[in-house]
Amino acid sequence: MTVAAAVAGDVGLALPILSICNVGKVFGRGDDSTVALQDVSLDVAAGEFVTIVGASGCGKSTLLNLVAGLDQPTSGTMQIGARVAFMFQEATLLPWMTARQNVALALKLRGMPKRERQGRADELLEAVRLEGWGDKRPHELSGGMRQRVALARCLAQDAPIVLMDEPLGALDAMTRDHLHDEIEHVWRAQGLTIIFVTHNMREAIRLGDRVVLMGSHPGRIVYEESIPLPHPRVMDSPDVATRAASLTARLKDQGHAHVG
Amino acid sequence: MSADGSILTPVVDGPSATQADAGFVLKAWGWAWPKALAIVLVLGIWQVVVWSGWRPTYVLPSPGETLQTLWGMLGTERFWSAIQTTMIRAVIGFALALVIGTAVGVLVARIRPLRLAVGSLITGLQTMPSIAWFPLAILLFGLDEQAILFVVVLGAAPSIANGVISGIDHVPPSFVRLGTVLGAKTVSLYRDIVLPAAMPAYVAGLTQGWAFAWRSLMAGELLVIIAERPSLGANLEFARQFSKAPLLLATMLVILIIGMLVDGLFSSYARSMRRKRGLEVA
Ligand SMILES: Nc1ncnc2c1ncn2[C@@H]1O[C@H](COP(=O)(O)OP(=O)(O)OP(=O)(O)O)[C@@H](O)[C@H]1O
Ligand SMILES: [Mg+2]
Repeated sequence: MTVAAAVAGDVGLALPILSICNVGKVFGRGDDSTVALQDVSLDVAAGEFVTIVGASGCGKSTLLNLVAGLDQPTSGTMQIGARVAFMFQEATLLPWMTARQNVALALKLRGMPKRERQGRADELLEAVRLEGWGDKRPHELSGGMRQRVALARCLAQDAPIVLMDEPLGALDAMTRDHLHDEIEHVWRAQGLTIIFVTHNMREAIRLGDRVVLMGSHPGRIVYEESIPLPHPRVMDSPDVATRAASLTARLKDQGHAHVG
Repeated sequence: MSADGSILTPVVDGPSATQADAGFVLKAWGWAWPKALAIVLVLGIWQVVVWSGWRPTYVLPSPGETLQTLWGMLGTERFWSAIQTTMIRAVIGFALALVIGTAVGVLVARIRPLRLAVGSLITGLQTMPSIAWFPLAILLFGLDEQAILFVVVLGAAPSIANGVISGIDHVPPSFVRLGTVLGAKTVSLYRDIVLPAAMPAYVAGLTQGWAFAWRSLMAGELLVIIAERPSLGANLEFARQFSKAPLLLATMLVILIIGMLVDGLFSSYARSMRRKRGLEVA
């Protein structure tokens, strides 16, 4: 909380658009229950880019599900000040639609008139470097291409808050770098608030105003740090590498401290 | 786009015309030979039984004689009017079953108490032999068209309803979550996500519904014979009464062929849908 407040102060941002307060989430009952999240508090300012890093199974997807309203917290409160777009960990494309139709569905459901949808869907596909692939069906695309269609669909929702759950996991370095630029561009141009989950510490530092580290068993926030490096950042730059090393060490420490 | 974008630009190359032709011939052959083999097998066994002298040929005619009768039958007006009556009944009965089965299926899938009350009843109805409905149907409607339609609908609708229900039940939860995130309301969620996702199971239900409809219809036409209105079922009964064995077998062949053709239409539609969705390798 204090760190978040400090960051908001540093950057001179407005009130939080999203406020998570002492949230806990338990799956199941009795002996069989899993504490997926415990006492998680996180404030995100409007226009902020927050990245979340943590080991597999520490509750990152669970946290995003709560924010998106797909699941209810067991304890604590959440305040979400705007519409939320969500890019799931799995691409979740509808198999009876082409790539273009998948993107256009998001446009349709947010009320865009029919004649504008196709053109806009093609623009979004181009932004994720899939120009010419709009007529393919999901099973005809590679895993990374499906992820990019899902990214285009997520941007099509045109929501002020965007949640992304490991969106670039299956991509080659070149396409990923391009999409980092693209996401950063959209973020700035549209003043989005983004929460971005990743396993890659450098990616988290490349993109985030603030990096949040999560620990497991129970899932919780163990550390957060604001990243004052100037934009545009380069994933392979020494600055990013040094910070990634120190944050990774911190994440490991936290893990051991808890286990030990 | 930047220059290195070209590396990632897709190269789409359609198959050439001759390749497509060859592919079509190959596909047609692949489709045709198992069916040809089946026909040859059946005719062969039939002919062997006839040669064995197990039954006299005026009771069990040879395939040759039957096919000759069939050929002759194709030239008669009575045959075509029978086909017409039967097919009109099949289409009306199946259409009614489609509407009723679909409506019941959607309601039962959506409304929980209805599900508990009616869910197992639908499966129960499905196991009920449709011929067992006829005495009641004849009491209710008399020896008339309605009695036949009643039983055809009762035969087909439960399968169709079950197809809808299992389709809706097996929509992946992740699709529903996606719909919620995209802001779909109840109507758009059903129209754009749930119902399309349920289509393969629905078409499977329709295929099964057709099989039941066709069986019920033939049972009905044997039992409910309306004067001056020839139908395939009535022709069977007529052929038996007058001991016209070749006519009987020829009519049976026609019934078999129609049933298979319609089933083939449903299956090929189901297959092309599954292929489009990547559920089946081409
Ligand atoms: N629906 C559920 N029912 C029961 N347990 C669940 C459910 N969803 C998640 N969990 C549990 O909650 C914990 C956190 O899961 P979650 O999917 O949030 O992890 P994650 O941090 O996103 O992992 P990854 O990086 O592998 O995606 C795990 O232990 C998981 O088993
Ligand atoms: Mg996850």
